[in-house]
Amino acid sequence: MPQNYDVVIIGGGVVGCMTARFLSRTSLSILLIEKDADIGMGASSANSAIVHAGYDPVPGSLKAKTNVAANAIWDTVAGELSIPFDRRGDYVVAVGSEELPGLEKLLEQGRQNGVPGMHIISAEEMRHREPNINPAVSGALWAPTGGICDPFMATVAAAENAVQNGVTLLLETAFEGFILDGRKVAGVHTSRGDFGCRWVINAAGMYADAVMHKAGTHPEFKITPRRGEYMILDKAEITINNVLFPVPSEKGKGILVTASLHGNTLVGPNAQVLDDPEDTAVTREGLDDTWSGARKLIPGLSPRGVIAVFAGLRAMGNAPCKTPGVDYHHDFLIECDAEVQGLINLGGIESPGLTAAPAIALMVMDLMKEAGEKLEYKRSWNPIRPPRPRFHELNREAQDALIRQDPRYGRMICRCEEITEGEIVAEIHAPIPARTYDAIKRRTWLGTGRCLGSFDMPRVVEILSRELGVSPFEITKKGHNSAFLQRETKNLEA
Amino acid sequence: MKTIQSKYDVVVIGSGPAGLAAAIAAKKEGAEDVLVIDRDLEPGGILLQCIHNGFGLETFQQDLPGPSYAQRFIDEAVGLGVELLLDTMVLDITSQRKVTVSNRFMGIADIDARSIVLAMGCRERTRAQIRLPGFRPAGVFTAGTAQRWVNVEGYMPGSRFVILGSGDIGMIMARRLSLEGAKVERVLEIMPFLTGLTRNYVQCLNDYDIPLQLSHTVNRIIGKNRVEAIESVQVDERWNPIPGTSEIIPCDTLLLSVGLIPENELSKKAGVRIDPITGGPYVDDTFQTNVPGIFAAGNVVHVYDLVDWVTEAGLASGRSAARFATTVRNSEIRHIPLVAGENVRYVVPHELDKDNLANGEIRLQLRVKTPIEAPTRIEVSDGENLVTRKVEPYARPGEIITLTISPRAYDDVQRAGRLVVSAVKR
Ligand SMILES: Cc1cc2nc3c(=O)[nH]c(=O)nc-3n(C[C@H](O)[C@H](O)[C@H](O)COP(=O)(O)OP(=O)(O)OC[C@H]3O[C@@H](n4cnc5c(N)ncnc54)[C@H](O)[C@@H]3O)c2cc1C
Ligand SMILES: Cc1cc2nc3c(=O)[nH]c(=O)nc-3n(C[C@H](O)[C@H](O)[C@H](O)COP(=O)(O)OP(=O)(O)OC[C@H]3O[C@@H](n4cnc5c(N)ncnc54)[C@H](O)[C@@H]3O)c2cc1C
Repeated sequence: MPQNYDVVIIGGGVVGCMTARFLSRTSLSILLIEKDADIGMGASSANSAIVHAGYDPVPGSLKAKTNVAANAIWDTVAGELSIPFDRRGDYVVAVGSEELPGLEKLLEQGRQNGVPGMHIISAEEMRHREPNINPAVSGALWAPTGGICDPFMATVAAAENAVQNGVTLLLETAFEGFILDGRKVAGVHTSRGDFGCRWVINAAGMYADAVMHKAGTHPEFKITPRRGEYMILDKAEITINNVLFPVPSEKGKGILVTASLHGNTLVGPNAQVLDDPEDTAVTREGLDDTWSGARKLIPGLSPRGVIAVFAGLRAMGNAPCKTPGVDYHHDFLIECDAEVQGLINLGGIESPGLTAAPAIALMVMDLMKEAGEKLEYKRSWNPIRPPRPRFHELNREAQDALIRQDPRYGRMICRCEEITEGEIVAEIHAPIPARTYDAIKRRTWLGTGRCLGSFDMPRVVEILSRELGVSPFEITKKGHNSAFLQRETKNLEA
Repeated sequence: MKTIQSKYDVVVIGSGPAGLAAAIAAKKEGAEDVLVIDRDLEPGGILLQCIHNGFGLETFQQDLPGPSYAQRFIDEAVGLGVELLLDTMVLDITSQRKVTVSNRFMGIADIDARSIVLAMGCRERTRAQIRLPGFRPAGVFTAGTAQRWVNVEGYMPGSRFVILGSGDIGMIMARRLSLEGAKVERVLEIMPFLTGLTRNYVQCLNDYDIPLQLSHTVNRIIGKNRVEAIESVQVDERWNPIPGTSEIIPCDTLLLSVGLIPENELSKKAGVRIDPITGGPYVDDTFQTNVPGIFAAGNVVHVYDLVDWVTEAGLASGRSAARFATTVRNSEIRHIPLVAGENVRYVVPHELDKDNLANGEIRLQLRVKTPIEAPTRIEVSDGENLVTRKVEPYARPGEIITLTISPRAYDDVQRAGRLVVSAVKR
């Protein structure tokens, strides 16, 4: 007998989690399923972390609409959910006079999209604001509403708040097919059995097209993976405090150089179209592309400062923009499916999907209302997700008080980032438990410093094993097939 | 848990061979109290995971495993009364030699040191790991992390290994893993020569038929969740991959043994100048850094190949640190405070060097708190016995009163721990 929910959300990326969080305000019963060992292991944890102002998307597109609408509510959402977020503004930097017209075009596009406060600044002003900038700068577009965030924490925080408000989250649970009643959603088959439901929200990121095809709808819709490769630079090297984009080309927004909320400098992404939706490997050529792109903006960057590299996959869709007269074929697909009743598709959510996620969630609620669902708001809904202490962000008195309350905060596990045992244990026992090494790494930033975890790894495996009450051989880096340890030694003499 | 003093003659950071030797030598050289701090649960530093022989040939003319070598120094240090503060991370040090620590039982605490010995050792390089193209699966470890798992915790992190780098730790691990029944497929070295000791090449690779390929590196890591294989490639003299030389080597673990770098994040916080070539502090012949009273020894200064030399450097730095601490301590003893006593608002100077009285009189200036319109005795005592006195016709807060201590009071002052100045009506 399958368990029944009103709504099943497929995909625990930022879009699925934000949707779960906003919908958790209603009296609907909600199940959020994610195929991986943790939420946010897809695009939502491997991107540029920019809360875009909204001058980049084509006017009239859903990308433009959701971007600008969401940007305006990011302060509220970040405040309620304790998501690290800093609205420090961003720049599009023109190098050489031939790039200047590009700024005018973006400014005009931004005005049409309703982006507030933008203006063009002189080369001299740009050099003053970012002394490391390419001296050949010819001017820049300044957008004060741009910002940077911690994208993974945005995903976790939204999911955690959803769970606090009654949403059920199942990890390592893959959607496998629909249970249809005629052309109406009646439930889903998953790797953990069947669940009945009236609504399915398809937030499967890279696999949103596959989900649609399982329902026999949108045969024309196709997602193309486009890989972006990044490098992270150590705090000690040139410190970039700004968010700097190049003038975009037909290939996209281009390679940016940006401050991260952890005090590092992030450069990337390049763009490469792939066939394999799982290919997050970094390549020599890709990193070379990224590096030369970054040096165009900041020529003084030194390769010695690179402390990490990673790649993310954009889920580029082929949905046409529905606004009449706009010829654009990579828009977000956000709709109640016309053929399958009860299916809501969120497809092709590439950039600015992180920014737009709260607005997409609100749009989903509007779509449900339009389809006749009466959304009743719960009085018990609590929009606040309380933050957990971050030892290295506290002042000394607070640190001392924390250790007295729980001595595990006095034991340093990651020496580079100063992450304590107390923080790790708190994440393991949080509403969404961190059960893998990478889950802890993404929540605390442990192991991201100079030693890349070689000090903390054995200790984290030990803590995970103790706290979860499982053998150390079951502790994995990222779930399925990624255990650290294989067997005990034979204790032979060396 | 034992209590920790708030001030020590010598504080040693790190309990590896360098730190233990420094503590022992400091104690023998006359330091009264010596504290060794380590973040690990046990003293001994990296030697604890080096269970193979090869330690102490010079110091003890014996071929010892790492833990036994360390134990001799631990026993000696404890016997001499060196205090150990374990499971404790040093978070910060200042040029004024204040050491901030964090642990489970004390919270955050400050410890003042008359001198400090930096003995934090080194960490493994991970640079190659960063540059390696491919996925980021489980199964890519530094050789030291694997060594800890195998030798200290008793776990095998894999069964088919490729080792990148022909450093000593990597070669020693190759032998250890083979003895444990694992297969070490290959050791790859990007340089055209061996980077570790020839002795280790013979005893650890040759004797176990493990192939070493010079001028080779890892081109790509294969496997999304756990390492499934690596692609190796030959490189030219400028380290560029040579087309057509790549080879897929199936394995489940890649170990990196690509060098060590001195661990100096703490040193930098105190303003210690770092040599960009060694990665360690600039030191003089007494192992003192550019910051007075801060000394450094062992792998934190530069990476040694033999532990005996680490010990030797540790001993020398400990002796210097003790001498520095003794000088500071003596000057602390010579400096006594001048305390404002009855009806005195303040006295300048605030303290004096007792020895200076031998060179001539010392002049004090003070103001009273409330007026006394009558002859007033201005007295200096050591708290009980009078040292000197003078009578003023009156004492008013608006007028500074001067008083001299003459060299005749030298002996009285030598006995005093402080001097109290008071102004009372006669
Ligand atoms: C290189 C790059 C840079 C970017 N930069 C920015 C930026 O700066 N600002 C910005 O706003 N946006 C940016 N984006 C876009 C943003 O990251 C994405 O739009 C956003 O993360 C998409 O979220 P999502 O939830 O749709 O997808 P995902 O995060 O990919 O989540 C989808 C989830 O669905 C799960 N799933 C898939 N199939 C199934 C199944 N069958 N059963 C169960 N679960 C399933 C997946 O495991 C995954 O966790 C960038 C994207 C990339 C790739
Ligand atoms: C993984 C590894 C394996 C090695 N294997 C061999 C080998 O097989 N044979 C060989 O001859 N040499 C080996 N060496 C070299 C060896 O390190 C030296 O010979 C010697 O041990 C260095 O001694 P040390 O006292 O300078 O440093 P270590 O022995 O490294 O001791 C430093 C100590 O400082 C502590 N510490 C550092 N920072 C802090 C802080 N902030 N707060 C508190 N405590 C701190 C550490 O916990 C550690 O205990 C190895 C080195 C490494 C890194």
